[in-house]
Amino acid sequence: MDALLALFQDYTVQNVALGAALLGISSGVLGSFAVLRQQSLLGDTLSHAALPGVCLGFIVAGTRQLGSILLGALLTGALAALLMLLLTRRSRLKTDAGLGITLSVFFAVGIVLLTYIQGTNNASQGGLDSFLFGQAAAILRSDLYVMGGITLFALALVAAFWKEFKLVTFDPAFAGSLGLPVTVLEVLLTVMTALAVVIGLQMVGVVLMAAMIIAPAVAARQWSNRLEGMVILAAAIGAAGGVFGGVLSATGRGLPTGPLIVLSISAIVLVSLLVAPGRGLLWEAAQRWRNGRRLRSQQVLTALYEVSQRHQDPAYKTEQGMVNAYYGVGTGATLAQLQQRGLVRSMPHMPEEGVHWELTPSGRTEAERILKNLNPQES
Amino acid sequence: MLADLFDNIPLMIIATGALVGVAASLLGTFLVLRKNSMLSDAISHSIVFGIVIVWLLTGQQSGPVQIVGAALTGLLTVFLTELLVNTRKVKNDAAIGLVFPVLFSIGVLLINLYARDVHIDQHAVLLGEIGFVWLDTLQIGPYRVPQSLLSLGAMTLVNFTFVALFYKELKLATFDEGLARALGFAPVALFYALLGLTSATAVAAFDSVGAVLFIAFIIVPPSAAYLLTDRLWKMILYGSLISVASSILGYFLASAWNVSIGGMMATMTGVFLLLAFLFGPRYGLIAQELRRYSQRQDNEGRALAVHLYNHEHEPREREANVVGALRNHLRWSEEKARRVLVRSLDQNLLTRDGDTLRLTPRGRAVAREIVEPWYQESLEA
Repeated sequence: MDALLALFQDYTVQNVALGAALLGISSGVLGSFAVLRQQSLLGDTLSHAALPGVCLGFIVAGTRQLGSILLGALLTGALAALLMLLLTRRSRLKTDAGLGITLSVFFAVGIVLLTYIQGTNNASQGGLDSFLFGQAAAILRSDLYVMGGITLFALALVAAFWKEFKLVTFDPAFAGSLGLPVTVLEVLLTVMTALAVVIGLQMVGVVLMAAMIIAPAVAARQWSNRLEGMVILAAAIGAAGGVFGGVLSATGRGLPTGPLIVLSISAIVLVSLLVAPGRGLLWEAAQRWRNGRRLRSQQVLTALYEVSQRHQDPAYKTEQGMVNAYYGVGTGATLAQLQQRGLVRSMPHMPEEGVHWELTPSGRTEAERILKNLNPQES
Repeated sequence: MLADLFDNIPLMIIATGALVGVAASLLGTFLVLRKNSMLSDAISHSIVFGIVIVWLLTGQQSGPVQIVGAALTGLLTVFLTELLVNTRKVKNDAAIGLVFPVLFSIGVLLINLYARDVHIDQHAVLLGEIGFVWLDTLQIGPYRVPQSLLSLGAMTLVNFTFVALFYKELKLATFDEGLARALGFAPVALFYALLGLTSATAVAAFDSVGAVLFIAFIIVPPSAAYLLTDRLWKMILYGSLISVASSILGYFLASAWNVSIGGMMATMTGVFLLLAFLFGPRYGLIAQELRRYSQRQDNEGRALAVHLYNHEHEPREREANVVGALRNHLRWSEEKARRVLVRSLDQNLLTRDGDTLRLTPRGRAVAREIVEPWYQESLEA
């Protein structure tokens, strides 16, 4: 505990944790919209396309100044998104090709610019490489102000246009019929995805930033059916995974931050996909199993009831072997479970062999209730 | 003489780039047409995982084992993506974006943990080292041949054979998957083979251009070719030619400016795409605009012809079918009316009879074709 406390008093670790939290919050919130609008891969394109902007920002400022670098990244990201739209609207190329083209060509230009900067032997170029895979330890306190400012701006935008964004995300046609400027709102959402990318560049790097947009939102979607809940959860998941991965990388052996953060958040995604109530795969499997069990017990109970009705004997004792033969499977477990619920009881029935079962009064009521629900019109 | 060729470093570098491009275009054509371009993005990122795993297990950085390993990684990526999509909890695009970052992250972490001193470092992963292909050579008879050139040459050959052998099947599966399945051509198996070859090519190209730039080689030239032609074999051919041209131009520009050769080659594919987008003969932006412009002109001429036809032989013909009336009847400005008039006179749609405009038989046919579509007399008559 003391070690943990000491860890968080470390200056670098504080910076990293704060930066990672900002990154997680912004990419979680803005990514939620991107994922719901099925524009996940646009995040991938935007993040790769940020590389030339990073380099241009560096060239213009002449030094590793975060403000100009992020502005450059935002500009080239937006340019890539615009070109993508132009390519797909004004030619026969489809969205996937448009995304792939802008992603790879912008990245190639970025690589060219990066090697150009390296060729000029600028002494302060050192921090630039960290934008490829992210380097949490390179974050300065002043960088945090820039990141925090952008995060606040993005969150304020989301809060201000919450209703509009929600409508455009779920039903753009209806939004249009209400007279909302759908295109403007969609462009705004895209620009904000670019903002989220820009905030995370330094921590996660251009190559893996796509995962930061997608993963927290997918995980959060598992736990909530409401946009409000999803957005807040995505922010929390992004921040938690970000801080965990970021601090791990800053204290470890200089491991790249991006992969660690991405793996932390992906672990949360995996858990969410499996166990989230309602939508989790294991949860669904358990639900199916419970349903199956309930159906079986209802069947067996009503079968006992029908047999006793046929014999016009409420206390008729049915042999378990007969029920097994009727269903073709062993019903012992189901009967035992019914007995536990007090609906049937096993009776010795000499001189015949085998276990016999008779309905208890509450078993009869339950069976009548089930049959009545099955055939409501017959009663 | 052949030895001189193999010792010519610039030539070797250009040839490597060109082979990457040709091998990639052969497959990329089908990925672009099938609207699966972004799978190449996923595959080329996640092969980093396969390369590192194979390297940790066998100690081999390249060669056939690596290529097979990568092919399997690529298929694993696609398989995991489909698995996620089939849970119906995640949409296709998000599934792609979830799977490859994980595999890529594990790959990069493993490189950092175990492979720090080896030449597969983080940068090689992204940039490749096409400038150094001549360092790693293999003695074949009297010649020292760069290893990348050999493996890429082999991949190009394999891809070409695959496409040539299954050309008909690939074509059918790409353009009409349902029919291909109904005829028993196993389009899914064909698709997986395509993706397996894509991964293998990505790994063969990995040393030279890295993981991310490979995406440019596989998507961009076929997309540019798609803007230039409607025929499948021409699309493959044009894509390959664009790759070769990009390699040559990219090499010389990169040498002149002293920047990344692979990056410059990939940038050049983008330049060619932009050129095709702007100047393509049929689907280019300028061709589209010109077509739209000439259509607008044709429509103006037609509108005038219809107007004259409607008022032909009317009592008020002398009022309606005069130059001055176009302004009120068609709401054309004076200038526009004059322009259309001159053009229509040139096209022999009408003649001037003093102030009155009269349709020629040709102009009347144009008008009747619109106003009375059932009117069958051909325009040539």
